[in-house]
Amino acid sequence: MGSNSQNLSTSLAEQANSIGSRLNELASKLESSKLEELASEASTLGAKIGSITQFSHGSVDPLIFGITVLVLSCFIGYFVVWSVTPALHSPLMGVTNAISSVIIVGALIAAGPKDPNFFASIMGFFAIVLASINIFGGFIVTQRMLSMFKRKKPSGENK
Amino acid sequence: MIGFYSSFLYLISAVLFVLSLNGLSHPESSRRGNLFGMVGMGIAVFTTLAIVSPNPITYLVIFLGIAIGGIIGAYIARSIDMTALPQLVAAFHSLVGLAATLVATAAFYNPSAYGIGEIGNISGGSLFEMGLGLAIGAVTFTGSIVAFGKLQGLVSGQPVTFPLQHPFNAFLGILLLVLIIALVTTNSTTAFWGIFIVSLTIGVLIIIPIGGADMPVVVSMLNSYSGWAACGIGFTLGNPLLIITGSLVGASGAILSYIMCKGMNRSFFNVILGGFGGESDIDPTQKDSSDKMVKRGSADDAGFIMDNASTVIIVPGYGMAVAQAQHALREMSDILKSRGITVKYAIHPVAGRMPGHMNVLLAEANVPYDEVFELEEINRDFSQADVAFVIGANDVTNPAAKTDPQSPIYGMPILDVENAGTVLFIKRSMASGYAGVDNELFFRDNTMMLFGDAKKVCEEVIQALD
Repeated sequence: MGSNSQNLSTSLAEQANSIGSRLNELASKLESSKLEELASEASTLGAKIGSITQFSHGSVDPLIFGITVLVLSCFIGYFVVWSVTPALHSPLMGVTNAISSVIIVGALIAAGPKDPNFFASIMGFFAIVLASINIFGGFIVTQRMLSMFKRKKPSGENK
Repeated sequence: MIGFYSSFLYLISAVLFVLSLNGLSHPESSRRGNLFGMVGMGIAVFTTLAIVSPNPITYLVIFLGIAIGGIIGAYIARSIDMTALPQLVAAFHSLVGLAATLVATAAFYNPSAYGIGEIGNISGGSLFEMGLGLAIGAVTFTGSIVAFGKLQGLVSGQPVTFPLQHPFNAFLGILLLVLIIALVTTNSTTAFWGIFIVSLTIGVLIIIPIGGADMPVVVSMLNSYSGWAACGIGFTLGNPLLIITGSLVGASGAILSYIMCKGMNRSFFNVILGGFGGESDIDPTQKDSSDKMVKRGSADDAGFIMDNASTVIIVPGYGMAVAQAQHALREMSDILKSRGITVKYAIHPVAGRMPGHMNVLLAEANVPYDEVFELEEINRDFSQADVAFVIGANDVTNPAAKTDPQSPIYGMPILDVENAGTVLFIKRSMASGYAGVDNELFFRDNTMMLFGDAKKVCEEVIQALD
C-alpha cells in the first residue's frame, strides 16, 4: 500500500532531522542565532514530513477508510444474517461469539511488541487467555450444537 | 503498520468469517460454515504472529496464553449442558468485553507497539477510538456478568428498579461523554480509568432492570455489543479485519434483538428501560379466576386422546428446558409416530432463554430438524390438528394477545393452539407466565390440564401409551 512513497518520506524526514541537529551543533559552536533559526526550521520540516508519512498511503484518511469498511461490513452482515434460518439462531450466536474474539489480534501485538512495556504485555497476555477461551469454547460448542441437527431418518432405521 | 501480505491474509480470514455465517442458512451447510470460521481464525492468529517481534520468550508467552485459554474453553464447551447454553453464551460475551478493555489498556500504555504515537502523546482520533472500545468493552463485560447471574439463578430474575434510575443512568451517560472528551483532549490517565469505571457501572445498571423473560433480547443485545467492542478496537489498531468482524457480529446481534423484540411485540427501548417480566403491574391473584373451572386430566386421558389423534403438534417452552423433558418428549412422539400419527413441533421465536434455544434442545434429543417448524410456517396447521401438546409454554399461546387490548402482551404474535381439537397443557401449577397474565385457554372446554413436572408427565404418558 504505497510503501515506496512511505519509505521515501520516512527517509526524507530522517534526513531533514539530521540536517537540523548538525546545524544545531554548528550553531552552538559558532554561537550564531541565525544558524539556530535555520536548525529549528529544518527540524520542523522533518516533523512535517513525518506526519505526512502517516497518511501517505492512497491519500485516504485512515478514519474514513475504517468507516468505509465498517459501513460496507454492516450491509454484508445484514444480508447474511437475515438469511440464517431461525432454527440455527443459537449456533449463530456461538459462531459470532467465537469470531468476535478476533480481537486476539490486538492482544498478540500487545504481548509481543517491538519495544515491550511490561504492564501492556501483561494486559496482552490476559487478553490472549480470555480470547482463546472464547475462540475454542465458541467454535467447539457450535460444533456440538450443529452436529445434533439431523434430518429425518428413513423409517425403521432408528430402532 | 500492517504489511502488504498480512493485509491480504487478513482479508482472506474476513471472507472466511462471512462464509461461516453464510453457511448457517441451512443445517446441511452449517458444519462446513463453522469450519470456515475456524480456518479464518487460524489464519488471523498466525498472520499476526508473523508481525510480532520474533523473540522466543514472546512466542513462549503467547503460546502459553493460547494453551491455557484453549484448554479452559474446550473443557467448558465439551462439558456444558445444552439447557445451560444461554448462561454459557452470556459468560463468553463477558470475556470478549474484558479482552477488549485489556487490549485498549495495552494500547494506551504502549501506543508505539500499535504505531499510534508515544505515551502521553497519542493522537486525538486514536484516543477517541480507544475510549469507545474501552467503554463498549467494559459495558459488555459487566452487563454480561449480570445477565449470566440472572440466567444461572445467582441473581434474582426479577427486574431490579430503584428511584431516579433513569435520571441516574442519563447522568452516567453524560459523565462518560465528558470523560471521553477529557481523554481525547488531555491524554489523561485519570480520564482513561474514569471511563473504565463509569462504563462498568453502566453495564450493571442497564441489565439489572430487565426481567427474566426478556433474556433472549438481552443475550442478543450483548452479542451485538461484543461485536461493536471488537470494532472499536479495530479502529484503534487500524486493523480492517477487526472492523469487518466486529460489524458482522454487531449486525448479527442487532438483528437477533430485533427478531426477539418483534416476537414479543415490544420496542427495543421498552425492553431496555426494563421493569417488565417479573412482578407485573397486574396482580394475577386479584383477578377473580377462582370461580372458573379447569378440566384436570391424567396421563391416561392424555395418552388415550393422543392415541386416537391423527395429527399432534407439540409446543415446547422454557418449562421443558427446566425439567430436561426433551428426551422423554421425543420418546413419546416416537411411540405416536410408530402408530402412524403425524407429530410436528411448533416453536415460538421467544421460546426459551436465547434465540433458537428450543431448536437446539430438540436437536439434542434427536428430533429431526424437518419436524420442527417456526411460528409462521405452522400456525395455520393448528386448525387441522387434533391435539396441541403444550409443554412448559404459556404466554406464547395466550389468546389475550389477540383479543384483549388491556393485556400487557397484547399484539404479541402467538401460536394459535386454541384452534386444535384438544389442547393438552402441561404445567406445574396454575401460576401465570412471566408476563403475569392469566391464560384464558386454561378454562376452555377443549383444554385439559396435566399438572406436574414436564418430564414426569411425559414419562407417565409413555407408560399410558404402552
